[in-house]
Amino acid sequence: MVRKMLTGNAAAAWGARLAQVEYVPAFPITPQTEIIESLAGWFADGALTGKFVTMDSEHSMVTAAGAAATTGVRTFTATSSQGLIYAMEALYTVSGWRVPFVLVNVSRGLSSPITLGPDHNDVLAARDAGFIQIHVETCQEVLDSVLMAFRIAEDSRVSLPVLVNLDGFFLSFTREPVEIPNAKLVQEFLPAFRPHHPVFKGSQSVAQGVAVLDGAAYSYFRYQMHRAVENALEVHEEVAEDFYRLFGRRYGALEEYRMEDAETVLVMAGSFSTKGKAAVNRWRDQGRKVGLVRLRLIRPQPAAELARLLTGRKAVGVIDQNISPGLGGILYQEVAGALASTSDRPPVMRSFVGGLGGKDISPAEFDRVLEVLDEAKSGEGHVPCELLFTDAEYKQVRTALSVAGKPLEGRAS
Amino acid sequence: MKVKGEFFKSPKDIPQEEELSSGAPLCAGCGGLTTLRLVHKVLGEKVVIVNAAGCMTLMATYPYSPIRSSWLYTTMGSVAAGAQGIRDALDIRRAKGELQEQDDMKVLVLAGDGSTYDMGLSATSAAIHRGLDFWYLCYDNEAYGNTGFQMSSSSPFASRTTTSPIGKEEPEGTFQEKKDMFEIWRAQKPPYVATVSSHEVVDLAEKVHRSLAMKGPKLFLALAVCPTGWGFDPRLGDELAHLAVRTGIWPLKEAVGGVVRHTVIPKRFLPVEEYLRPQLRFRHLFEPKPHTEALQAIQQRVDHYWDQVRKDEGGDNQAQLKEDKH
Ligand SMILES: Cc1ncc(C[n+]2csc(CCOP(=O)(O)OP(=O)(O)O)c2C)c(N)n1
Ligand code: SF4
Repeated sequence: MVRKMLTGNAAAAWGARLAQVEYVPAFPITPQTEIIESLAGWFADGALTGKFVTMDSEHSMVTAAGAAATTGVRTFTATSSQGLIYAMEALYTVSGWRVPFVLVNVSRGLSSPITLGPDHNDVLAARDAGFIQIHVETCQEVLDSVLMAFRIAEDSRVSLPVLVNLDGFFLSFTREPVEIPNAKLVQEFLPAFRPHHPVFKGSQSVAQGVAVLDGAAYSYFRYQMHRAVENALEVHEEVAEDFYRLFGRRYGALEEYRMEDAETVLVMAGSFSTKGKAAVNRWRDQGRKVGLVRLRLIRPQPAAELARLLTGRKAVGVIDQNISPGLGGILYQEVAGALASTSDRPPVMRSFVGGLGGKDISPAEFDRVLEVLDEAKSGEGHVPCELLFTDAEYKQVRTALSVAGKPLEGRAS
Repeated sequence: MKVKGEFFKSPKDIPQEEELSSGAPLCAGCGGLTTLRLVHKVLGEKVVIVNAAGCMTLMATYPYSPIRSSWLYTTMGSVAAGAQGIRDALDIRRAKGELQEQDDMKVLVLAGDGSTYDMGLSATSAAIHRGLDFWYLCYDNEAYGNTGFQMSSSSPFASRTTTSPIGKEEPEGTFQEKKDMFEIWRAQKPPYVATVSSHEVVDLAEKVHRSLAMKGPKLFLALAVCPTGWGFDPRLGDELAHLAVRTGIWPLKEAVGGVVRHTVIPKRFLPVEEYLRPQLRFRHLFEPKPHTEALQAIQQRVDHYWDQVRKDEGGDNQAQLKEDKH
């Protein structure tokens, strides 16, 4: 075991290296590129054996990744933002082949307008593609999750691609101390890939991705995929236990933070959860009973666990780092759905949208969230999501607009 | 004139074994299917077919598949990338000793012209650039067949498709020229590029056989007669394939290491009308009154093409071509 200062991107590359990946089809995009550059270097100097290939697009890259996994080699790839949505058709296509590989997505807001800062609209657009989704908070968790992802993907109960999501800039380019696990221990945790599915070889005839034109058989295969994603919940638990035993770090499908007696709960995902935890600590110091739940497994959704954690609380605020125009925060809907049929639902549930395009969520904005949750009443009916935005940011945008010669649109407050 | 076969002298020399069984749910008389059947016979059984969305996708419909080899359906735009993933993975497994030589496979892309000329061209160009060792069979029915015959960039000038219909403003239907895929491939210097016809079976088999020993990207561009889209009686399929060659509209040629030679040159070139007239998609060139201008343009383009061939190829072909000029 070695301790090093690593960026999230370097941690992702180290995860792939320790997993002894054999095939990496790649395509550059900020803020992910450092991952594939590191891997290219390791294939070039022999630290990794197999093949690194620069593809012509992410659509091609994901197709090649799926095809190689189908043929029985351990495959890794990475992308971000425009790349992930450019690959969208291929994501759905390869998950249907029911073969394992790992894709790291480095979250970045989507165009238009084009931007570089992170939010989760890219990764959540791929939410229904049949990939398992793990959203991480720290650079250590990036590395650990890549290793866990291979175990989950390759488990015969799952046999699907796994996407590990980390936030651009805040993790991708931020150095944190990371323990690089011992390679021998990793081999014990993650033995060489033994495909459970029939692979292409001369002596057997395999038909993959065949057309299924009758609705009944199509429904069967789609539902089977749903069940396989659900199975990942149980598999994740087993894998997390093994991981803890060997490496001493424990990961749940959800992370509970100071939840013991919490009356008010923030729900968040990704690296901004660290900011949420800081706010919780501050409030705790002021004697407030506040906790935080971090959504780590987005697919499968750990619905029962989520319901268990949130029922009986007084107020829940979901902070979404994404926006579904015309709906609001995506994860709010998911959390509300998980609670829909519980008897002891929190009487107050509110949706906040913050941190779009990498915009900070400041302590003042967290205080605003708490204030809203404190003042909200039970039975208010539908309340639209609230955008987290400071006065200073408002002024900044107003200045930019006036430079561009445009009037300010919408509510001014 | 036909280039003398080194491996195949007559159709009887073509392997008897069938790699495709009967019962594929495609149209009767589908030239694409006939071409695949012939190509596959020569490639042998150890093939993985990587398919792009198109008519052939319906060949394997769960739970049936007429293919004795293996099959992977990908997408319309990334079929060559699918081939890349499989080839690379086979190589990796070979190098690790996980896959014995006898279990290795040939990777064959099977794609229509819509995928080949349009959506999949970028992925294919990249695969050629990477020197991918694969065979590419484009069954060129000159439109998006599976979706009901819409114009692709392979649709020939003055052909009617459902998205280039005939109207007062557009009396030709398709006013664009067909892309030259043979030359687009050749520009990237792959080891082998060939056009083939389901009628000239010996020429086809010979070309596939010649490519067997070559490493790298290998294109087989087949004019695929399509009774449904072109509008003709399926019984005429082989004859139309023959007419395409005899009128000079579909030149049979190959480029080995970039050097082009024509492999079948008609003794006497028939006028292009002979090929066009039986097809509904060209009916507007003859009825209600002849569209002389368009017909002449097509004939001139064909004549010009062969004039150029005479200039470029010289030697034996030259003498033959002079003599054959109609
Ligand atoms: C991304 C995408 N767009 C559109 C389609 C619809 N589609 C399916 S087959 C096809 C036609 C393909 O034409 P071609 O490659 O010429 O093959 P053919 O149908 O003639 O066999 C189209 C447009 C698709 N499958 N995927
Ligand atoms: S439409 Fe044409 S290419 Fe497609 S299956 Fe029918 S005959 Fe073959």
